[in-house]
Amino acid sequence: MANDPLYETIIGLEVHAQMLTRSKIFCGCSTTFGAEANTQICPVCAAFPGVLPVLNRELVQMAIKTGLAVHGTIRERSEFARKNYFYPDLPAGYQISQFELPIIERGELTLDLESGEKKRIGITRIHMEVDAGKSLHEGIQGASWIDLNRTGTPLLEIVSEPDLRSSREAGAYLKKLRSILRYLQVCDGNMEEGSFRCDANVSVRRRGDTRLGTRTELKNLNSIRNVMRAIDFEADRQIDLLESGGTIVQETRLWDANLNTSRSMRGKEEAHDYRYFPEPDLPPLVITRERIDAVARQLPELPDAKAIRFSRELGLSEYDAGVLTSSREMASFFEETVQQGAHPKTAANWITVELLGRLNREGLEIEQSAVTPRRLGRLIGLIQSGDISGKIAKQVFELMFETEADPERIVAERGLKQVSDTGAIEAAVDKVLAENPTQVQQYREGKTKVAGFLVGQVMKATRGKANPAAVNAILQAKLSG
Amino acid sequence: MDPTQITLVQAHAMLRSRQISARELTTAFLERIARINPIINAFITVDGEGAMAAARMADERLAQGTATPMTGIPVGVKDLFCTQHLTTTCGSKMLARFRPPYESTVTRKLKEAGAVILGKTNMDEFAMGSSNETSWFGPVRNPWDIRRIPGGSSGGSAAALAARLALATIGSDTGGSIRQPAALTGTTGLKPTYGRISRFGMIAFASSLDQAGPMAWSAADAAMVLQVIAGHDAMDSTSIRDDVPDYSAHLSTRMEGLRIGIPAEYHPESLNPEIGQALDEAGRVFGALGATLVPVSLPHTRHAIPTYYIIAPAEASSNLARFDGVRFGHRCQDPVDLKDMYTRTRSEGFGAEVKRRIMLGTYVLSSGYYDAYYRKAQKVRRLIADDFHQAFQKVDLLLTPTTPGTAFPLGEKIDDPVAMYLSDLFTINVNLAGLPGISIPCGSDSQGLPIGMQLIAPILKEAPLLSAAHAFQTATSWHQRKPEL
Repeated sequence: MANDPLYETIIGLEVHAQMLTRSKIFCGCSTTFGAEANTQICPVCAAFPGVLPVLNRELVQMAIKTGLAVHGTIRERSEFARKNYFYPDLPAGYQISQFELPIIERGELTLDLESGEKKRIGITRIHMEVDAGKSLHEGIQGASWIDLNRTGTPLLEIVSEPDLRSSREAGAYLKKLRSILRYLQVCDGNMEEGSFRCDANVSVRRRGDTRLGTRTELKNLNSIRNVMRAIDFEADRQIDLLESGGTIVQETRLWDANLNTSRSMRGKEEAHDYRYFPEPDLPPLVITRERIDAVARQLPELPDAKAIRFSRELGLSEYDAGVLTSSREMASFFEETVQQGAHPKTAANWITVELLGRLNREGLEIEQSAVTPRRLGRLIGLIQSGDISGKIAKQVFELMFETEADPERIVAERGLKQVSDTGAIEAAVDKVLAENPTQVQQYREGKTKVAGFLVGQVMKATRGKANPAAVNAILQAKLSG
Repeated sequence: MDPTQITLVQAHAMLRSRQISARELTTAFLERIARINPIINAFITVDGEGAMAAARMADERLAQGTATPMTGIPVGVKDLFCTQHLTTTCGSKMLARFRPPYESTVTRKLKEAGAVILGKTNMDEFAMGSSNETSWFGPVRNPWDIRRIPGGSSGGSAAALAARLALATIGSDTGGSIRQPAALTGTTGLKPTYGRISRFGMIAFASSLDQAGPMAWSAADAAMVLQVIAGHDAMDSTSIRDDVPDYSAHLSTRMEGLRIGIPAEYHPESLNPEIGQALDEAGRVFGALGATLVPVSLPHTRHAIPTYYIIAPAEASSNLARFDGVRFGHRCQDPVDLKDMYTRTRSEGFGAEVKRRIMLGTYVLSSGYYDAYYRKAQKVRRLIADDFHQAFQKVDLLLTPTTPGTAFPLGEKIDDPVAMYLSDLFTINVNLAGLPGISIPCGSDSQGLPIGMQLIAPILKEAPLLSAAHAFQTATSWHQRKPEL
């Protein structure tokens, strides 16, 4: 089993993240997704004879940003290389990538494990490379079609150390990495559209062994859930194989999400010989200290730093701080809510409990929320000013979600404003006391618990709008009087 | 007066003074091409219509006073420079009908300067060859003796010049492909510093070595062409940013104080003795002009050919992967599957020498061989460049033979690749080091075939290089000899 007491699972991940540059890596073509086939191509990205690549400067900025965000070393001199293989959607017959001298080396990510521990995951390297086009085979008789629109889209390949020990850690790593890339606004992290792709290298070994077992590479993992399921399946497969006296074969396996299984795609013998060599069409990339410093100054606050600030300066629990910084959208939702004057702890509560609860039920992301941070902040403001009670606020919140109206308008239109006027409350209390002589008698005989019933009756009589604190005080005074 | 027998410098003066129109000049060359090209096969494509249209525009510019020194000058361009809408074959069946939808930077600059492109000149297939016999469009014949080869790979550009089919031509030089044919045809051929001229739109053979350059009847003519095509290009990241000097203005006939190095390693026993004698005589001419001859040594010279035949095929094997039948060029008939399409397309589209180099290159880059071959070759390449650097501490230029022999008969070496590769013995090092080199005529052998000598300069020193060649040509008349056709 994946959590086998006898075996340990060793995982390393290779992530391909499409960078959100406006144009392609080596030419001026647009990188927009979903255009009609072969409309976003030129002689350069279609690799016509004699054309040459010119490196996109924006991509280098994004790579530096990413390197800084994962505390990596940015090489002063890096180099592009050609990875040679034949495939119709790879027009040049080689992929321009980086091989011996990648732009970034030795980074790390810190995971917050469910146990509350923190775990450091090493990042071996990050390099820039070009994406290939797409081959279309389905529904075509006796031919394949090639769409080169994606050819030339810039990618960062982010390679982790084999530091991950479970599918859960792998999932947490991907979420954290994706969140950082989104914070940096360098990648949209969309796994379904393929702008954030992951291959997993998996091996198992008996606990206590120091040598790594033979690994397999898993491909076609198009969601974090599939990454995790494929890893569990692979670890189980390898353990079963070893337990039954077999040996693991180094191979590439393709995950089939529909069948919940994987199958061998190619073995070690069929592995490509990519014949890497330095790309002669591009001079070595030199990055000065000044350039790195300039990028560092523009770096946004990243999730770890934000979480620390949220808990130290705003008094949030570490858990809430973690949830509220898990994505750039979540953090800015929270911060905008607080900007409206909402108390940070109250805002955190409303977002993590009410808002996320509702969004989860509806299957929506926070950026799709019908309740904007501005409105949520003002709703919390109404509670803080005593205009409505927390209970009424929940009612208003649900209405805001459905009608997308301002909280003030809902409160006014529905007459939900809290009654703090002692005269009106006194009248209601008097009426309730007069209608419930038995309970009044019981209270006076020492059964003070009935006070709760009487408060409830007053609230009911005022349709929940009475200020509960005021009701309590007046009721106590009258009963004791 | 026959307008095809004048120099580029003279033609420019006559165009400017309206003694001749660009149309008359172009017509004269087109007529001469029609007569002589069937004999020597120097042009693959002649673009009469395009040339006449360019000539008409040139005449307008000459009339308006907006002409440049290249306006109205009829030129030939090696058929590996992509010309928009004009077939660009690279001497290969693979691209026999390829019409690029874009223009190379070199031809764009020529057109913008008002030059008249007469057509595309023949070449060894994908610039791989030293005799122009590997062209899919047939061999080019040497105007000095049509039973002999003109050299390669820019054999068409060289032969067209020698036969007076253009006032200047553009070649490309990866291991000697401009200088070697220039030597074998009695013309002047300059390979500039690597990166001095943009490679954009020039179909790649070996990207770290390829360099375009002018071929002309004299160094002064070559200077005028270089002026137009040199310079940084945003489309080529390996092109050099330095300003382009005024090459013609730097031409001088004085050589006082100039130190010319004679590398010991360039006079091997295999050198044709007549070439050795011609070089000695050239040295005396330079001495008479005021230069000092200094013996120098380039100790790693003997490693040049093996180093080159690792690096160039390695890059070529990758550069030629794009010819897969998917997007352009030749595609085999009715492929049954992808592998069949690749195999037959490439088997049919490429000739034997191209295949040989693709296989060589694939081998030296293969897993387990990379360190032994490619990486080691890169180290030797650095040592070769260091040799030149050391030598240039002591001298301004180097003087060497261009080729070990004069033009050889067709068919003599085509089945012996190593013998063929040795034709580039003296030129390859210059490419490996990225230096500028020029070949100019300096004699003839007992059969009347031209002998060329090579001058080599430090990085970006094209101006003094052209100046030294010009001084020599002012003092001698070898460059004015013409073959009888």
